Amino acid sequence: MTQPASSTQAVYVYEKPVRLWHGLNALAIVALTVTGYLIADPLASVSGEASDHFLMGTIRFVHFAAGYLLAIGLLFRLYWAYAGNEHARQIFLPPLLNRRFWQGVGHEILWYALLVKEPRKYTGHNPLALLAMHFAFVWGTLFMIITGFALYGEGTGQGSWQYALFSSWVLPVFGDSQSLHSWHHLVMWLIVCFVLIHVYVAVREDRLSRQSILSTMATGWRTFKDDKPLDDIHWP
Amino acid sequence: MNETFYDVMRRQGITRRSFLKFCSLTAASLGLSPAFAPKIAQAMETKPRIPVLWLHGLECTCCSESFIRSGHPLAKDVILSMLSLDYDDTIMAAAGHNAEAIVDEIVEKYKGNYILAVEGNPPLAEDGMYCIIGGKPFVEQLKYAAESCKAIISWGSCASWGCVQAAKPNPTRATPVHKVPGLADKPIIKVPGCPPIAEVMTAVVAYLLTFDKLPTLDKQGRPQMFYSQRIHDKCYRRPHFDAGQFVEHWDDEAARQGHCLYKMGCKGPTTYNACSTVRWNEGTSFPIQAGHGCIGCSEDGFWDKGSFYERLTDINQFGIEANADAVGGTAAAVVGAGIAAHAGLTALKRARQSGAEQQ
Repeated sequence: MTQPASSTQAVYVYEKPVRLWHGLNALAIVALTVTGYLIADPLASVSGEASDHFLMGTIRFVHFAAGYLLAIGLLFRLYWAYAGNEHARQIFLPPLLNRRFWQGVGHEILWYALLVKEPRKYTGHNPLALLAMHFAFVWGTLFMIITGFALYGEGTGQGSWQYALFSSWVLPVFGDSQSLHSWHHLVMWLIVCFVLIHVYVAVREDRLSRQSILSTMATGWRTFKDDKPLDDIHWP
Repeated sequence: MNETFYDVMRRQGITRRSFLKFCSLTAASLGLSPAFAPKIAQAMETKPRIPVLWLHGLECTCCSESFIRSGHPLAKDVILSMLSLDYDDTIMAAAGHNAEAIVDEIVEKYKGNYILAVEGNPPLAEDGMYCIIGGKPFVEQLKYAAESCKAIISWGSCASWGCVQAAKPNPTRATPVHKVPGLADKPIIKVPGCPPIAEVMTAVVAYLLTFDKLPTLDKQGRPQMFYSQRIHDKCYRRPHFDAGQFVEHWDDEAARQGHCLYKMGCKGPTTYNACSTVRWNEGTSFPIQAGHGCIGCSEDGFWDKGSFYERLTDINQFGIEANADAVGGTAAAVVGAGIAAHAGLTALKRARQSGAEQQ
């Protein structure tokens, strides 16, 4: 990877596996949301013989395949948090006990409230983004994977590994299958909200912040718009 | 020494041939291999009949009504030959003090050896005053009988989960058997359903008596042989679901063709029961076959999940009745509007700033 010539202090933040995972993960989430919604609220009925169609079956297949992609992706991403650079583990281990971090969160909130003129400058995620990444995305996705496999295990049945690993304990936690379905559906909306905000702030920050955003997710390199010192170098 | 099942059967004029036929039928209805028929026969020839106390709390008697309509094995076989149903206030001959005395007699005489079958559940509010049996709160009778029983069968959704009398706001604090505080620690078999399928009920009893042990139970305490699959998994309309053919209105062509009732709120995909395989009334039909969706009557809290006719049911945690789409869709709309407003404000501020800089 060559360093873009235009910047004086570019940093290589997102390694290739992380960028690849980001893309596949985004695809999986779109596929899961669309098919998931259609499973709860199916398309208009098809006519003719049942044996001529497999519409719901196909929609469910796409949902399950994308679910596997999401789960295996997250497993890989967890491995990469261990094997990759320090930025790769950032979303899994936010420095919640660091005072400077919370000051950063406060500043970022003021920035989004349009009350301060200048945002701070970060190589990794800004503190507020990190909170959203960790709590909405990481835990939200984990919740969807666990409840998703528990629902899947209901179909594969007792004796399957999905049932043994997930359904057997998740069903009693939620009390019954219907409640489990409802919660799985509800957290889908949380992920939808996350995606909406994620895309909006990525575009906005790309325009207004002091570092590159969109191009960084494409190339991995973070470039900066000024030469002032970074704000996140003191993080663990 | 008590009479054995076989003794009783012979005394009632049942031939050995009929007896062996019955054993084979029972093995088949329990889903066992033919090799088990002789084992059942042997058990019935040698084991004393196990007395059963059948108590009734807050209930509607639909469990009893279902039970007496069992086709395989016939309820009369179960009651008269296999189980000595010593106390069941709905169907026994004795009444009043004589009837109540039987409870004491069984508890004393068969300590640790009788089965306690519970239909309905005890209300705990006001010290149990909402259900009085023989002058005493039902919860006391239940605790007393449970103290020396061998195992408890929770008949139906009332005893298993609470059912309609425990639906919110549950003014009498009707409580399912396994949640009654101070109840003796005995194995509990839940046989949920409103009512449970007759054959499932008699098979559970037959299993207990012939093998002298509990059937394999799942994590929620239900016999695995009948509650390990959802209605949806074995529904004969499943091919229409996979094809994407749904009933959209009660009177449309799809309803006449017998397409999937998913969109009409069928709870088959979330309900664990044997209706789609065992069916009802000697295998005649079951709700979906009759054209109505499953209402999920064997599931915990099915009364409190909102409409029987909607796929996406209510989530009670949100105070007012709301379903996932209402909550989530609103949240997404608010977020979307927020983003638009925020983008507008940002642009406005930028414009002002650059205007100020130019001046």
